[in-house]
Amino acid sequence: MSGPERTVGTQGLVFEEPLIFEQGSPGRVGFSLPPCDVPQKKAETLIPPHLLRGEIPGLPEVSEGEVVRHYTRISQWNFGIDLGFYPLGSCTMKYNPRVNEDVARLPGFAKAHPYLPDELAQGALQLLWELEQYLAEVSGLDRVSLHPSAGAHGELTGVMMIRAYHQSKGDPRRKILIPESAHGTNPASSALCGYQVVPIKSGPLGVVEPQVVAEAMDDEVAAIMLTNPNTLGLFEEHIAEIAEIVHRKGGQVYCDGANLNAIMGITRPGDWGVDVIHVNLHKTFSQPHGGGGPGAGPVAVRNHLAPFMPVPTVEKTQTGFALDSDRPQSIGRVRSFAASFGVMVRSYAYIRSLGPDGLKLAAETAVLNANYIMNRLKADYHLPYDRVCKHECVFSDAEQLKNDVKTLDIAKRLMDYGFHPPTIYFPLIVPGALMIEPTETESKETLDQFIAAMKAIAREAKEQPDLVRAAPHKPRISRLDETRAARQPVLRWKPKG
Amino acid sequence: MRYIPITEQDRRQMLEAIGSGSVEDLFADVPETLRFRRALRIPAALSEAELTKHLRVLSDRNADADRWSIFLGAGCYDHFSPAIITHLIQRGEFLTAYTPYQPEISQGTLQALFEYQTLVCQLTGMEVSNASMYEGASATAEGILMAHRITGRSEVVVARTVHPEYRQVARTYAAQLGLTFREIGFTDAGTTDLEAVKQGLTPQAACLVVQYPNFFGGVEDLAPLAEAAHAVGALFVVCVAEPIALGLLKPPGECGADIVTGEGQGLGTGMNYGGPALGLFATRERFVRHMPGRLVGETVDRQGRTGYVLTLATREQHIRREKATSNICTSESLIALMGTIYLVSMGPQGLRAVALQNLRKAAYAKERLGSLEGLGARFDGPTFNEFVLRTKKKPAAVLKRLLKREIVGGLDLGRFYPELKDCLLVCVTEQKSREQIDALATALGGVR
Repeated sequence: MSGPERTVGTQGLVFEEPLIFEQGSPGRVGFSLPPCDVPQKKAETLIPPHLLRGEIPGLPEVSEGEVVRHYTRISQWNFGIDLGFYPLGSCTMKYNPRVNEDVARLPGFAKAHPYLPDELAQGALQLLWELEQYLAEVSGLDRVSLHPSAGAHGELTGVMMIRAYHQSKGDPRRKILIPESAHGTNPASSALCGYQVVPIKSGPLGVVEPQVVAEAMDDEVAAIMLTNPNTLGLFEEHIAEIAEIVHRKGGQVYCDGANLNAIMGITRPGDWGVDVIHVNLHKTFSQPHGGGGPGAGPVAVRNHLAPFMPVPTVEKTQTGFALDSDRPQSIGRVRSFAASFGVMVRSYAYIRSLGPDGLKLAAETAVLNANYIMNRLKADYHLPYDRVCKHECVFSDAEQLKNDVKTLDIAKRLMDYGFHPPTIYFPLIVPGALMIEPTETESKETLDQFIAAMKAIAREAKEQPDLVRAAPHKPRISRLDETRAARQPVLRWKPKG
Repeated sequence: MRYIPITEQDRRQMLEAIGSGSVEDLFADVPETLRFRRALRIPAALSEAELTKHLRVLSDRNADADRWSIFLGAGCYDHFSPAIITHLIQRGEFLTAYTPYQPEISQGTLQALFEYQTLVCQLTGMEVSNASMYEGASATAEGILMAHRITGRSEVVVARTVHPEYRQVARTYAAQLGLTFREIGFTDAGTTDLEAVKQGLTPQAACLVVQYPNFFGGVEDLAPLAEAAHAVGALFVVCVAEPIALGLLKPPGECGADIVTGEGQGLGTGMNYGGPALGLFATRERFVRHMPGRLVGETVDRQGRTGYVLTLATREQHIRREKATSNICTSESLIALMGTIYLVSMGPQGLRAVALQNLRKAAYAKERLGSLEGLGARFDGPTFNEFVLRTKKKPAAVLKRLLKREIVGGLDLGRFYPELKDCLLVCVTEQKSREQIDALATALGGVR
């Protein structure tokens, strides 16, 4: 017998739970406040009455226990790394160490105000300064700004620095070269800086070929943005030659570091000729993704771009550490305060827990796991680029389409087997892509269970395609009507009547 | 390494299945000239016990708001955070989930974000909220870019009472697209100069941006400002850096705001030396397709059961690439969940009560400190939980003396405003006791 019943995934007691706005009762409270120890003046005597509001309509009135039960219940409708395998390609869903949660909440970190004088924030500043050194070492670049709030924010910051660099040389350029396999944030970040995006095609082996770059390269090109390893999970083996071509014409090389997890301690972007790279702390460096953030996107640069880094930077002084906003050529700020500090604490703790050998082992194991899955599944799924991969492998639904079973169906059916689906329909250059990134924190047994599930689904696609097309069957709800959500948007709860 | 379960034996078996002799072979595609052949210069691995101890030592070098009396606000506020917030957001189902791309197994995050969007609308009086931005300053910059897209105009009129760092971020963003800025001064009430606004707003203006309450704690009268913006066809962008104020103050949505941006950090998410924070972004229904960021919408499944999905994604970078309304992808979902739990725990009564305590304590402090010799309130307009104090001595010297008593007395405004170099910005939240305020007064009395 095959099917999810024999592998993993169980159905426990699942509760229905309405919106919080449909619960509670007038007069019920979920808060406590100390008594007011200053004169209790009426608000109207301190603020002109026409600037005051009445009671906030619709805000629920619930007790503390009801709040806990509500969010605990709805949390059970979520899948997370803590529950199971989450091979979402390009997202590096590795285990999020719990000790990092504890240390980020130490009062000296969690209750520090960002405008504390530097002498009262030496612990925070030292941590930031040291984290900068570690990220510079891993990336092989000179300086790192910890300022940006997410990967896309780091990209934007990096592109702004490139723009400022060209402008400082009296050579404003108009274009940025971006491979078609890139994340959507690359062109979007470039457009926010006013650049025209020139798409570049990948070669037959799934990597960018120097010849193509040479042809597209002229003195209007400000930079090339390359993801390496790329979104097919392949190492851009011509990167050094490409960097040379771009540099020769005065362009800069931007690397999207989303996939840094594959190469830590093995090869360094700085040694390829990269000028700028952003790093996703919520991917490679274990910051929990939290259902869509917070993340952070530090940007590493070579010395010639350092004058353009956003402010503030963290500097080591004779007496300790200090924030420095005195950088005349800086692009300015891209957020308030210094950084998403809490995220920095978690990533710092992660790096210190692994050390140099652990980081390298993480990269090697992530690559081993991806190649294992790729080789075990290539008889069952079409593999567009059959060569050694890095942290992830990309299949397509070409085989299953013969039975009218699509990537989306395969993804939904995986849920019945107790797995989160891979990233689907990305990269765009592989029609029906299934992008699988196992990370290093999964055991061989888990990988084998996943492989078995994928093989079972491949069989089902031939023998019971309707079963796959109707999936998922096990989650609390079935496929949702996304067209209806977009055509008749309901974006908030409103009181009835 | 305790986070990596693959054993030596597993590795051998896996390599055999792959048909490789060694892990090294898996990196054969990395040219030898690019290989990194030394060890990373990073300190050796620490055990959990060593790590915890090390970080405890580092964290103890910071002045935390529990041990010190800290009267700093300026965009980051020390509010009480109920214990349940930390507990609930550490449930692995919330903490370790990705952005909810697969709605069938992400309904927890999606329903929570739908509740968050609703709460932000209720708080701000607006019609639609997105599912969060990074933080207040970049959210405000994105609000300005949105006004530019809607109006097709390139002039930004912004009050100088908007947080100086928010204005810096807005300039960084807007400079890329060639938008120009005009800044509007403030009156002795400590609020935006309405006459100057009217003069500064031309038919080229994309938007007027004000902060509410403003950087000095001043409570702006929004309605006439909205009228002035609308008179020239500009959008009215209201930035809220201290959301607790909306427990008492008339919501921007009732005062003519077209876009409300801001910082949700005050909603029980903690200070964390400035982040992670919570970018607020709300607008009118008619502008929804111009919005940046994720939106969660209600729909039904195949059996007609209610559920939630990410929607209107055709605005976003993963679909539209260079034509997207923003490049934002990962934002602040978990912090939005913190804000959600805070707001529903406080409820209408709690939110009003905590806002009232902030107002009263700051009013007490303003009166108490302002009447000391050598000190005085710089502005005479209404304020919420912050106010500007003029000092006879240099603010830096005053602050330095206070440090000896483990008091951080406020922010030296000379840092951002040359014309206020004799001024301190003082913040008093519900976390400060009368005793602490009196101790500040006593200490300030001693440094006349």
